[in-house]
Amino acid sequence: MRYYETVMTRPAPGISGTVRAVDIVVHTHQADGVVVLTVAGELDVVGGPELRQRVMACVADGGTRLVLDLSGVDYIDSFGVGVLVGALKRVRLLDGDLQLVVPERQVRRVLELCNLDRVFTLYQSVAEIGDGR
Amino acid sequence: MTAHPASKTLSVEIPARSDYVSFVRVVVAAAADGWVNLAPDRIEDLKLAVSEATTNAINASRRAGRSDVVRLRCTADPDQIEVEVSDRGAGFDRSDRSPLPEPEDPARLLHESGLGLDLIETLTDVFELDSGKDGTTVRIVVYSDRHRHSQSPHR
Repeated sequence: MRYYETVMTRPAPGISGTVRAVDIVVHTHQADGVVVLTVAGELDVVGGPELRQRVMACVADGGTRLVLDLSGVDYIDSFGVGVLVGALKRVRLLDGDLQLVVPERQVRRVLELCNLDRVFTLYQSVAEIGDGR
Repeated sequence: MTAHPASKTLSVEIPARSDYVSFVRVVVAAAADGWVNLAPDRIEDLKLAVSEATTNAINASRRAGRSDVVRLRCTADPDQIEVEVSDRGAGFDRSDRSPLPEPEDPARLLHESGLGLDLIETLTDVFELDSGKDGTTVRIVVYSDRHRHSQSPHR
């Protein structure tokens, strides 16, 4: 598989040692144009805006079929959930789609509590999405 | 209510800055882990609830143009943990908020926020909101499994 890779790691702001920002790696799959964003860290009021910015950049570059691989996300709150909803809205406006890979229990549970498992299909792995195509 | 003999209290003041929310999660999780008989999943629930309340408090302080402190007070004993999160923002009226559209409704995607208070309510045993023009205090209580079962009429 050929892909371009960009890595952006933001230094943790504020009190060192307790605050962890998100790390986001973007893979553009050349064969079918699907963009996979691999996200690690905490999707809260600090990490959420980072992801929102990256999704907007992908959409601006023409990516409308996105996969957010949240395998490395160990915490999400309502702010992070709002970012996911916003991302889905943006790609749907362009007839695109957004798939979520959510193996982590806390993240899955929060999405379920917000009834968003009825909005998104939640996958266990990126490979599982490929199998379903 | 009389205090439990093993009751412990922890007070924290943080600046109204979002990069302190994860610090609050660590503090609350540590208190819950050390002082209360809570299963790991319930500690996760508590962390999320307190985090939501803290994020709201920080936003309220900032909206009011006050780079003020947000106060947290945890009181815990083996049977329960109570957390109060207070800000000096301008307050709000929860009844002003209209309910979210159903998940299957395309209009649901127009709402990227407004889930926090519902989540707190779902995740905790007690959730009280006291909001006025001088600020808001959220009071959250999570019971240990043992305490919850002993309160149940069906035991």
